Amino acid sequence: MKPGILATLASHFLVLSVLAFGGANAVVPEIHRDAVEVSHWMTDQQFADLFAISQASPGPNILIVALVGYQVAGVPGAFVATAAMCGPTCLFVYFAGRVWNRFRHARWRIIVQAGLVPVSIGLIAAATLVLARAADHTWVAALITLGTAALAFATRIHPLWMFAGAGLLGLAGLV
Amino acid sequence: MTATEFSEVFSLCQFLPGANVVNFSVVFGSRVRGVPGALVCFIGLVGPPFCIVLALGALYARFGDIAALGRILGGMAAAACGLIAATAAKLAEPLVRSRVFWGFGIVLAAILGIGLVRWPLPSVLLVLAPVSIALAWWERR
Repeated sequence: MKPGILATLASHFLVLSVLAFGGANAVVPEIHRDAVEVSHWMTDQQFADLFAISQASPGPNILIVALVGYQVAGVPGAFVATAAMCGPTCLFVYFAGRVWNRFRHARWRIIVQAGLVPVSIGLIAAATLVLARAADHTWVAALITLGTAALAFATRIHPLWMFAGAGLLGLAGLV
Repeated sequence: MTATEFSEVFSLCQFLPGANVVNFSVVFGSRVRGVPGALVCFIGLVGPPFCIVLALGALYARFGDIAALGRILGGMAAAACGLIAATAAKLAEPLVRSRVFWGFGIVLAAILGIGLVRWPLPSVLLVLAPVSIALAWWERR
């Protein structure tokens, strides 16, 4: 393990933590940019694999950062990445939770939130694009993406079934 | 927690950055038992899945280069991408329904800047968030 890599992980995810408007999915493009394009911690393919693992596992999808941290610096990396990603916002929300009622119906609060919604949507849509470039190398893969998107949008089928189906198609050598 | 309290805390967690469920657990815990309550709720929510994800990460690091596993994950990655697309579409639905046209512009700008040109997130947010908030204000003025 290179010295200072834990510090790099920490500083990277501390910044992302306070920028995660729209949750974990909104910062996926930035995690990818840093892990794959800037720091070269992993390949596009590995990033797509880790993302799939984080989505298919139980729990909050912010845990993609634990997988990235693990890939980069083992168990300490996973701890540091997760703590850095959750720490600032948890502190923030802890204190905000006490004064929230004063601001909840304030005009500026409603305007700020209305302004942030399209930004979050755009970031999550951008995440789709980044992941599609990393994961969809064949027509079948692109069709799986489209099919899953349609099913998840229009039905209430549990995502695990979609992962199972997609995994089987992959195992059969079709992807 | 009453239903009103629930929706109040939920709106706070949607407003602030970070994972909504994680934020929610912290506020919920702090209302029940202060700092220890917040910590316990956080650890309870994140701890077990963290261990599972870590175990899977270790298996991936060890066996990731097995061809069959790579093929399975290839299929799953395509599906995961589709799930995110559906999330974006679901969030965009109210925007489309209420015809918030300036919002489409912001969505498009984020897709271009972050998804295609691959500019860093902090710089894009620094420009896009104020512009979007200004447009939201202008719409409601």
